[in-house]
Amino acid sequence: MSAASEGIQCAYIEDLDEVWARPSTLIETTMHYCPGCGHSVVHRLIMEVIRELNIQEIAIGVAPVGCAVFAYHYMDIDMQEAAHGRATAVATGIKRMLPDRMVFTYQGDGDLAAIGTAETIHTINRGENIVMVFINNGIYGMTGGQMAPTTLEGSITSTTPSGRDLAMHGHPLKITEMIAMLPGAYYVTRQAVNTAKAVRKTKRALMNAFKYQMEGKGGTSFIEVVSNCPSGWKMTPIESNQWLENHIFKNFELGDIKTPPKE
Amino acid sequence: MNTKVLMKGNEALAEAAIRAGLKGYFGYPITPQSELLEYISRELPKRGGSFIQAESEIAAINMVYGGAGTGERVMTSTSSPGYSLMQECISYIACAELPCLLVNVVRGGPGLGTIQPSQGDYFQAVKGGGHGDYRVIVLAPNSVQEMADFTYLGMDLADQYRNPVLILADGALGQMMEPVIFPDYNPEDHKVDHSAWATRGKPNDRDHNVITTLHLVSEKMEEVNLTLQEKYRTIVQNEVRYETIEVDDADFIIVAFGLTSRVAHKSVELARAEGLKVGLLRPQTLFPFPTNILSELADRVRGMLVVEMNAGQMVEDVRLAVNGKIPVSFHGRMGGIIPQPEEILDRIKLVYNVNEMETA
Repeated sequence: MSAASEGIQCAYIEDLDEVWARPSTLIETTMHYCPGCGHSVVHRLIMEVIRELNIQEIAIGVAPVGCAVFAYHYMDIDMQEAAHGRATAVATGIKRMLPDRMVFTYQGDGDLAAIGTAETIHTINRGENIVMVFINNGIYGMTGGQMAPTTLEGSITSTTPSGRDLAMHGHPLKITEMIAMLPGAYYVTRQAVNTAKAVRKTKRALMNAFKYQMEGKGGTSFIEVVSNCPSGWKMTPIESNQWLENHIFKNFELGDIKTPPKE
Repeated sequence: MNTKVLMKGNEALAEAAIRAGLKGYFGYPITPQSELLEYISRELPKRGGSFIQAESEIAAINMVYGGAGTGERVMTSTSSPGYSLMQECISYIACAELPCLLVNVVRGGPGLGTIQPSQGDYFQAVKGGGHGDYRVIVLAPNSVQEMADFTYLGMDLADQYRNPVLILADGALGQMMEPVIFPDYNPEDHKVDHSAWATRGKPNDRDHNVITTLHLVSEKMEEVNLTLQEKYRTIVQNEVRYETIEVDDADFIIVAFGLTSRVAHKSVELARAEGLKVGLLRPQTLFPFPTNILSELADRVRGMLVVEMNAGQMVEDVRLAVNGKIPVSFHGRMGGIIPQPEEILDRIKLVYNVNEMETA
């Protein structure tokens, strides 16, 4: 906590063995995620960042409804499980009561960009000093592979059996670009975890986001991770990662969308 | 000596909440409770709390969930359509056993309805309202003084039972002005230690605290339900509150809560002036309901009349308590109309000598 409040520049771990091992903040258990799913990687990255910033004692996470509903089974920090779509409202309540705690939400595309759209926009518009992690895999994984707000045109899901028809189902929602327009958004970036390089970049983004929250500079940090859903997409993990490169990233371009003002 | 001040019911409730140690208020404007939100927006930030005008009642109640999960004293207030919007999360709050204060300054429904007073939300308030088997402790004030008093009581009950507490008022109680005295109350003396379950950050020496309402294993979900039901039984045993007026020699009883009980009190006076031995029983808690006293009264009076500003909701609970021993009649007005003492008296005269069960 002290290092954080003094504005540390880089993370450190005294025990080098832990650099290569499971972070102590990640509970040792079997995850319920399907093989090849990106959720588990992002879980680990968040927990690595919390460990390296030494903020386990002041971190409070909010889990969504969706595949990541059991995030609290894996993250060894105090957590609340929110109603579907309401994670950022719950996080707002926590942060307003305990402003010196490091609060983050973890939500999927249905949760954040469909049922929770109002909460998403207004939380960021208030500039709540929290970190929002947004997993966009373009499908409702937990309920069996229905269309998500971010599902691409033509994609077949269990509720778009002929492919997403824009005239019938509307357009894929680029909510991250919308969010970047809000004055309350401090840092907005879109990343991925399909390659080792992408994983490292996502971790750096998460590290930055939590540091911004610690520094309390003002505003919400928002990290979209464009991820895969091999089961929902009916692909092997490798095919799903290729699909990301060949199709998804062309519509959801990776990179920073809004960066903090230079000091 | 605490001074007497003249206040609107909504404002008295707001002031009492702040004095009771409120740390977070999350709400959305809706008539006829907006003075409550406005008062707190003005006063709470300068007295050590946080106020948010949320983007919707849905967001507001979910902020309450998050804030309550830290163990701090939090609340929201709304009126009928807004309370409907909150139902999903109130079910979550009840299941997760989070202490918080809810206020519904009821207006006439259904639908967008009217902004005039009503008691049409009784079923929603006392029977759950949202999905699943849960209960909210429901307090029913009938004066500006009780709007304040029940706020302190509600905060304490919420903390004691880790349960949402609802103050069920109505548009008239919220808007009318009466003298109120704020009692001595030091929030520090009423603090409950929530550290065993609250999410405030995990120290090294304990497991992480998780607030969740998801239990996919049926046996676990039933266990959660049984724990809740056990708590509700304790609440039923310990927290029934009611007021009786002129019941000792009464052979006929009016049952009314909230604003309607004020009118019914006048009807009792009118009836007594005409030699009718009428008394009044006023539930102050709607859950838990004063079932036992009603059952006892049913053994010695000839009948009861339930008066409500709705189509007949609490009357069902009165009939359950009376269990067919005597006729229980009903008189109700809707749409925001407050029944007059004279029309209640007319109704009493109509049923006073009738021994058969009447279903008017």
